[in-house]
Amino acid sequence: MKRSRRRDALPQGTDLPVLLPMAAHLARSAAIERAAGVPMLRLRAAHGMALLVLFAVGCGIAEAQGQPSQPSILTTILKWTPLLLRGFVFNLAISVLAMALGTVAGLFLGFAQISLLPPVKKGAWLATHFFRNAPWLVLLFYCMFLLPFQITVFGVTIPLPDWIKATFGLSLPVMANVSEILRGAVQSIPTTQWESAASLAFTRRQTMWMIILPQCIKRMLPPWMNLYAILTMATVLVSIVGVSEMMTLTRQALSAENRPGLLLAFYSYVLFWFFIYCYPIARWTVRLEARYAVNI
Amino acid sequence: MTQATTEPIVIIRDVHQSFGNVEVLKGVSLEVPKGGVICIIGPSGSGKSTLLRCINGLVPISRGSIRVANFDVHSLRTDQEKIALRKEVSMVFQQYNLFPHKTALENVMMAPVHVLKEGKDEVHTRAVALLKKVGLSAKQDAYPGELSGGQQQRVAIARSLAMRPEVMLFDEVTAALDPETVKEVLNTIQELAQEGMTCILVTHEMRFAREIADEVYFTDGGVIVESGPPAELFDRATKERTRAFLSQIL
Repeated sequence: MKRSRRRDALPQGTDLPVLLPMAAHLARSAAIERAAGVPMLRLRAAHGMALLVLFAVGCGIAEAQGQPSQPSILTTILKWTPLLLRGFVFNLAISVLAMALGTVAGLFLGFAQISLLPPVKKGAWLATHFFRNAPWLVLLFYCMFLLPFQITVFGVTIPLPDWIKATFGLSLPVMANVSEILRGAVQSIPTTQWESAASLAFTRRQTMWMIILPQCIKRMLPPWMNLYAILTMATVLVSIVGVSEMMTLTRQALSAENRPGLLLAFYSYVLFWFFIYCYPIARWTVRLEARYAVNI
Repeated sequence: MTQATTEPIVIIRDVHQSFGNVEVLKGVSLEVPKGGVICIIGPSGSGKSTLLRCINGLVPISRGSIRVANFDVHSLRTDQEKIALRKEVSMVFQQYNLFPHKTALENVMMAPVHVLKEGKDEVHTRAVALLKKVGLSAKQDAYPGELSGGQQQRVAIARSLAMRPEVMLFDEVTAALDPETVKEVLNTIQELAQEGMTCILVTHEMRFAREIADEVYFTDGGVIVESGPPAELFDRATKERTRAFLSQIL
């Protein structure tokens, strides 16, 4: 009895006095990172400020290197902003699409991972770990070069442009991570929940859908959102394979301007846009974590 | 104390059970008459909880036979067969194990609606009555996290009763509670016993066992060391081991 009480108390506390002030927080974030399989983004407002400073320094350097006859840095950046933002929207579109694809596929794979049939379970485990541990860029190249540029279904030819293939490539690691998030969440529900459901004559399927999964959704949401933020930042990878998103366009703008001094200013400007998009997601994730940690 | 009728509803014969190389139960036999109340006492690790889990098929046994309300538990293989058994035998756990995402009322209603496929209105009426019976009418819309341990345990009892089982199993249901709330849970169980529910309790509450049980079994090391009516076992234990255990806790 004493031991079981201890076990219950563990997530909230520890016997080690030095750890006491941080224990609850550490245990919570460790549990979430275990479930997510990736470190959580901890974007803070200060990071945004640092980016702004970097941007300002970049502008200063460019201004100092430029000739008096050239237009000012800010004017140059503003001139290119509509184009760059069009690229950024493309980044976001790719991230949303890859996330949707990856989530749907990942949920299937996750369910396969907790199947009772050994071949299904083993196969899903293998697929999950292969795609989770493979470098994203390698998967991207695979998809770019192995997928055909068009497919013919029932006589209808559907073209597969590069950005679709790239989206598909990014959705593979997302799928594997979602699969792990689902498996982790299901396994984090105490076995006593299964036991008490069984003693009330629920079938395995009913237990899963009515008792286990509803409790999992809360636990899955923070790591899932974190994964999305990571994916959004990874979308710039597709510039390497020639999709004209924000990074590609930035490079083109820089070569059109032909002023080496602009480099730092432009790239920190790009970083800042990503920060603006990812920061609210990161804050919201932290808030959800804190809220659900109380109720779990 | 209840007067038991003659016909046994639970018959356990020479049950062996092992986890890997560790033999937890080494030949346990006992019978519970319909409407009877028995208490199983003994030190931790003596196999008490395992025996309860064997009775409703949560843990398979390696040898022997268990018969509960016309089910041969030892030969149930498919999930359907086990589910049929569990409609008759309900279990209450030490850690309550309520479903945290459902209110007290929903916890009680869930199994009858989804497992027994009974009408929602009828189940609702019954669930409200059951929560009233365990003294929690005011808390029917509260979530488990908002209830005290004792209240959660009473909801868990109501949840089991909603299945209208023939036999109730109680696995150290007061062990995780503080002394003040133990009483409210024990009162609920006592009421049930008086209404003629067949109850098998694993407990460390000796005073309660003495008060409620028709028969008390003392287990140690996977066997029943001694059994008898409470007055006899508690006051005139014949085995040295039993006396040693009782002297430690009484």
